[in-house]
Amino acid sequence: MQYDDVADLLPGVVDGSIELDARTQAFIATDLRSQADIARYQRMLRNLRLLRERVIDPEPGLLAETLAILDAEAERRLARTLVTGKRMAIAGAIAGGAAVAAGAAATAVIFASRSRRRLAG
Amino acid sequence: MDTDQDDDTGLTELVTAAKGGDRDAFDALVRHTYRDTYTLAFRLLADPEDARDVVQETYLRAWKGLERYRGDAQFTTWLYRITANTASTHRGRRGKHRATSIDEHDLDFIDDARTGQPEAMGESVFELQALGDALEQLPPKLRQAVVLKDVYDLPHDAIAAELGISVTAAKVRLHRGRKQLRELLDDMGAHTRGGRNAV
Repeated sequence: MQYDDVADLLPGVVDGSIELDARTQAFIATDLRSQADIARYQRMLRNLRLLRERVIDPEPGLLAETLAILDAEAERRLARTLVTGKRMAIAGAIAGGAAVAAGAAATAVIFASRSRRRLAG
Repeated sequence: MDTDQDDDTGLTELVTAAKGGDRDAFDALVRHTYRDTYTLAFRLLADPEDARDVVQETYLRAWKGLERYRGDAQFTTWLYRITANTASTHRGRRGKHRATSIDEHDLDFIDDARTGQPEAMGESVFELQALGDALEQLPPKLRQAVVLKDVYDLPHDAIAAELGISVTAAKVRLHRGRKQLRELLDDMGAHTRGGRNAV
């Protein structure tokens, strides 16, 4: 086994995110070039973690724009709720009107049939 | 993002209020976290305009999906995941030609003006600056994996989920990304200081 055989595995060896067979493990443990590589990857990973603390400031205006977009979305949502509520109210009124009309029609039919019976009697 | 205990308590209270529909509380959350969200978006996309778009989309998604946040993870971690997912979607939407041009970027291209830091700068500052610059040069897919795992410490399965790939693929991207990043740093060290062990 040579360094070139394991070089691509070393970025995963550095944090144990790759599983190795015993033979490869043994080679890496004793190969100085592999060990030097691992040490450099370790240092790179330490520095990458430090990057998290380095905040990149956006250009001015991002916060205001973001809040404005959220406002617009909230208004859209409110308008949708109002429209839905209005539709429900109109549908209810139509249904109510239909029920009243149906009731009136039924009453008229009953009266008419009673009158017919009276005339026949 | 801040992990200070008091800060976490403050964030938790704001999240609870925001979940109850309190817009002021959500605005306060945005104020508290937007720089960090921008930083993550920029690290993922390496473009200030794209990062701005992603920040705005992220908070819109967060506001709409806040009721689904159960508090299993920290709010900031939840926000990282939305940011990563939004950045991934955004990158796809922005047109493949652009991504490809970066994917096929000649990795020897390093802006000498940016890497030519004064020798007087502290070693660690120099290293972090070089590392940030090198990250920007990585192909986007590899950069996403490295940033999410090695900078933000997201677990492999979360990264895979947000990028829409398998855990194995996420690990492959991570390992390739680390390798290319190290090679970039070697080149930058060689260009700027005549050494091969910059980071």
